[in-house]
Amino acid sequence: MAHLLIELFSEEIPARMQLQAARDFERLFGDKLKAQGLSWETLKAYVGPRRLALHVEGLPLEQAAVSEEVKGPKEGAPEQAMAGFLRKVGLTQDQLVLENGVWLARIEKPAKQTAEVLPGILEEVILVFPWPKSMRSGTSSFRWVRPLKRIIFLFDGAVIPFEIGGVASGNLTQGHRFLSSGEPFAVSDFKSYKQGLKDAFVVLDHAERQSIIIEKAYKVTAEAGCALMEDHGLLEEVAGLNEWPTPLLGDMDPKFLTLPPEVIKTSMRTHQKYFAVRDLSTQKMAAKFLIVSNMKAADKGAEIKRGNAKVLSARLSDGVFFWSEDNRKGNFDQWLAKLNGVTFHAKLGTMAQRVARIEALAGQLAPLLRADAGMASEAARLAKADLASYMVGEFPELQGIMGGYYAEAAKLAGDVSEAIREHYKPQGPSDSVPEGAVSAAVALADKIDTLVGFFAIDEKPTGSKDPFALRRAALGVLRILRQHNVRASLADLVALWYQTLLIYAGPNQAVYVDTENWRGSAGPRWAEGETEVYENYLRDFRAGLLESPVWVIPTDRDYDLDIKFEHVTNAPKVDNARLSFRDYRTVSAEFADFFADRLKVMLKDEGVRFDVIEAAFAAKDDDLVRTIARIRALEEVLSGKDGEALEAGFKRIANILNAETKKGAVPDHAPKVLPGAPEVEVTLVHKALSLAPTIDKQIDDERFAEALAALAALRPDIDAFLDGVLVNSEVPAERENRLALLNALRRLMDSVADLSKLA
Amino acid sequence: MAKDTKAPLSFQDLILTLHHYWSAQGCVVLQPYDVEVGAGTLHPATVLRALGKKPWKAAYVQPSRRPVDGRYGENPNRLQHYYQYQVILKPNPDNLQDLYLGSLKAIGLDTDVHDIRFVEDDWENPTVGAWGLGWEVWCDGMEVTQYTYFQGVGGIEVDVVSGELTYGLERLAMYLQNVDNVYDLKFNNDGVKYGDVFKEQERQFSAFNFEASDVPTLKRQFEDMERQVTKILNTENSLGYKLVLPAYDHVLKASHLFNLMDARGAIAVAERQSYIGRIRDLCKACALEWAAQEEAR
Repeated sequence: MAHLLIELFSEEIPARMQLQAARDFERLFGDKLKAQGLSWETLKAYVGPRRLALHVEGLPLEQAAVSEEVKGPKEGAPEQAMAGFLRKVGLTQDQLVLENGVWLARIEKPAKQTAEVLPGILEEVILVFPWPKSMRSGTSSFRWVRPLKRIIFLFDGAVIPFEIGGVASGNLTQGHRFLSSGEPFAVSDFKSYKQGLKDAFVVLDHAERQSIIIEKAYKVTAEAGCALMEDHGLLEEVAGLNEWPTPLLGDMDPKFLTLPPEVIKTSMRTHQKYFAVRDLSTQKMAAKFLIVSNMKAADKGAEIKRGNAKVLSARLSDGVFFWSEDNRKGNFDQWLAKLNGVTFHAKLGTMAQRVARIEALAGQLAPLLRADAGMASEAARLAKADLASYMVGEFPELQGIMGGYYAEAAKLAGDVSEAIREHYKPQGPSDSVPEGAVSAAVALADKIDTLVGFFAIDEKPTGSKDPFALRRAALGVLRILRQHNVRASLADLVALWYQTLLIYAGPNQAVYVDTENWRGSAGPRWAEGETEVYENYLRDFRAGLLESPVWVIPTDRDYDLDIKFEHVTNAPKVDNARLSFRDYRTVSAEFADFFADRLKVMLKDEGVRFDVIEAAFAAKDDDLVRTIARIRALEEVLSGKDGEALEAGFKRIANILNAETKKGAVPDHAPKVLPGAPEVEVTLVHKALSLAPTIDKQIDDERFAEALAALAALRPDIDAFLDGVLVNSEVPAERENRLALLNALRRLMDSVADLSKLA
Repeated sequence: MAKDTKAPLSFQDLILTLHHYWSAQGCVVLQPYDVEVGAGTLHPATVLRALGKKPWKAAYVQPSRRPVDGRYGENPNRLQHYYQYQVILKPNPDNLQDLYLGSLKAIGLDTDVHDIRFVEDDWENPTVGAWGLGWEVWCDGMEVTQYTYFQGVGGIEVDVVSGELTYGLERLAMYLQNVDNVYDLKFNNDGVKYGDVFKEQERQFSAFNFEASDVPTLKRQFEDMERQVTKILNTENSLGYKLVLPAYDHVLKASHLFNLMDARGAIAVAERQSYIGRIRDLCKACALEWAAQEEAR
């Protein structure tokens, strides 16, 4: 058994690519070793700013010999076939074996020395290495993430000769750019490599650098009565920017503490890669910052701290300027006006139009969330204004948060400010759902607009492509619906969106529909407020929005309702439409499928059995919250004492009915008590008839678990009936009635969930 | 701190030191190009010479004009006219990083007490269809240089990769001299400050850029320049091939006129892309023509 050490030493590798590069190195190299029949005990990659390394222990010195069998012609095949086969395998006929009438060639592949196989593997891995971006250098055509400078390639203590991109292998590496002598030094194995690097001020392991940063940062902040505001993403990034991480605590000018903490933190993080620091006595942001430098400086970091503080001051001065400009009176109106000039999406129009749709949606959704409709509309109208502010222009990730601050400064109602701040939530699985009803209404409106909008212009996610993050938005919708117990069908939500299309009616454009029976538009006259003329008309028109594709066409007039006759004169040309949306029915159907998939994924992630989900979905309930209740009930009953009884009872009934269905239609009338029927049959008929209204009521009240328990309780009676009575009686009336009984029972069960989907 | 006993370089000594340093590395030391440009890269010595296979090494100072960054001489960090120190080495030598760090030592930056870092920053200039991979170089958290390996120019992949260094001279000088306001920089060692040289220029040009420039004139000039480029490229002449260098000058002029219109707020959002696209197309046409001529020479 032998060890392998590879180091690809280059100029600085982007921090964001490092961890993935280490994973890719392990995977690619491991796969190629396996393909060559080579096994190992341990295989681990290491990565840092200037190196990507691989250490493998327990590799054999040579491959296992491989014996391969190749099938040849059948016994008695034409001579040419045999001659061709012999040429192909390079053998003579007396070397072949005849087995079951087929000639076989046994080819022994001689085992190669591992050292002979490794260069080919390394070359392939380097050539296919999946860097997100790679480059050429000088006159070479070789590509790597940045210029490659050295290669260590040591197997079993000896250098394996290798060359790529004009760089030859050896046993030399280099230490820290400034702290070490800079002279290359030789290594003989992983241990001497790791130690040699440490002596030259390089910590090889990314994870070790991270823990050093945490540990030392904790120490320097604690000494100042402070604590680090943890940020895992930033930690990973700075561990990729340092070979010898040295946390230093710098001083920030306290005058900047008047800025919102999010601004300070974001500025530190995005521009300077500093950690923000919290004062332990006040639990508020401290006038300090934590830099992770790559130096053990002769002056203990005094210059580094001074320089960094200066840069931070310049950055935060910009922040102060933005903050004071953004807080001027009347900004919201100016920002909203600017959104007219911002395109949201070429096929959906401007940001201002998006705001108008969200505003209309939020007002409509508010009652479903028990929120004040006026507040919800107002918050929605203002929610996107901060996109035009200086601060959000500089730090897009502060959208919403800044709007919340500016709304507070403008003394807007508390619920409105909160909704502006929180309407992007939840932004991911770890983010929370807005708690306030107004916030949730605006958050829901925002997401419904994104989702239906992109579906309406046929920009749905496909495979791994989801450029508008619609899957994330859908999960957000589901979580809001669940947490706020919003009872709405998806089809209704989509319909609400189609009603908002009236916002496109303007002085020089009309919203036009062309349904099966009539066509018409809402245009300049309506936009100018001639609502009296329009009242009746609009009622029909709104319905029409759900019956036709919708076009936004340039025009200076309205097209009145126009019943379709053979010869229609003044219909506008939809080819000239500025925008066009697919019809409600198509979109609504696709939307339901999409959401069903998202809900399934979400519940699966929560650990719900897939067959349980499928069983509940088969009940085809458009109300997602109720579907979830069905799933939860089914799960509860199946894992409890009644589970087995429920499944067993259902199975016996289903087996018989399925067999009968193949012969012909199964009767679906109500079962009766036939004269002279056996007692077990009479009992079951009575129970089935009396249970039906109870189950219906329980389903109406969404007490699904109780309904299922009641059905499970029938098992002894079902068993007694099926054991004591022949369903397939020779008397047709008896057979008919017994099948009707079983069918009635199954329908009761199906009304909760389709139990046949259970595994 | 004991090491920093030498007085920091004045602004002009900083330039002279870099000239000496890069001259010693075999660069031709050029003077600024005499057409207004927004970035040192646009000097033909970089953007055109990066094309083709011929080796080339050059260093020069280039004033950068960014009309929209004018602050009437009142912002300590922002100028509508400032200097970039530009180095191009083609092909990039293997030891370019070491050469670069050597230049920092030469100008008095002590790497024992400062924290120098190469932080990913892939440079791109859509106007000239150029892109590259590299870093912004940080000194104690401040970006002092843009370091790029050119991968493409004029929308085509380069034959030979050039290494390009762009030092922000004012920023670097402020750092070396430990000055918080650009106008307080020592320009020479005889008491002249940066503000003595440039403050009035910043005020007048800010007022010109934002208030006094005449938009219809700018617009007309832009269109004239645009037409000129096509005309120059298509006019028969005694050399028997296209006059790409004069054409490129006119592209630069058009580009500056666009920047001036932008500062006046005269470019609507919807027009913006179209203007940039027009300049890019002209620029690309010049780059491709130059590359073909280089190939033939």
